[in-house]
Amino acid sequence: MITVLYFARLREALGTGSEQIALPASVRDLEGLRALLVARGGTWAQELAPSRPVRAAVNQAMAVGEVPLADGDEIAFFPPVTGG
Amino acid sequence: MAVRIQTADFDVSAEIAALRRGNPKVGAVASFVGVVRDVNDGGIVAGMTLEHYPGMTEKAIGEIITQARSRWNVLEVLVVHRVGQLRPMDQIVLVIVAGEHRGDAFAACEFIMDYLKTRAPFWKKEQTGGGARWVEARATDDIAAERWRLKG
Repeated sequence: MITVLYFARLREALGTGSEQIALPASVRDLEGLRALLVARGGTWAQELAPSRPVRAAVNQAMAVGEVPLADGDEIAFFPPVTGG
Repeated sequence: MAVRIQTADFDVSAEIAALRRGNPKVGAVASFVGVVRDVNDGGIVAGMTLEHYPGMTEKAIGEIITQARSRWNVLEVLVVHRVGQLRPMDQIVLVIVAGEHRGDAFAACEFIMDYLKTRAPFWKKEQTGGGARWVEARATDDIAAERWRLKG
């Protein structure tokens, strides 16, 4: 199982801040996970579409593209940050 | 080197005094305070909520401080960032850099703020007359952070 977190506008739009997912064998990296979530359709497809400015972190470090995922990982999706 | 995420306000002079206490090597202290404005993108802002990613926030800021320390000669660094509900004129963020000389303290302080703006996982949601809206990231913040890379 992996833990997937959503923050800010994404958390509100998707209606959840956190979920546990059992990774199918076909999903090996961050891009694959995003595609898996997009395949849910509806709001998921809209919010996580490749054209949207979505940022991601794997185990609390910013991550882009084909970052490999393993059981027990914590993955987060969120909009570009606006602190400070 | 310290990072604090808190809902409570902070006292700038008490934080500076604590950071340089007992260290006679400190010859310069540079600080930055970010404050909530009552207007943004042409709309009146009544207040804002700051959300963050607990755990990653501290880690990301810690890494930014480590980078600053590797580039400039600084003695002590403190970053305090507030989360939760804030109102116009409230203090949001504090960066203090204590060093031997002002040049490195100024540069490290500005670098930390520019990197925090684009790399630390915080998100602002503003309450305006027309309802609540998530603040959009600014391209100018990316440009401000990018220029430190060009400086090598």
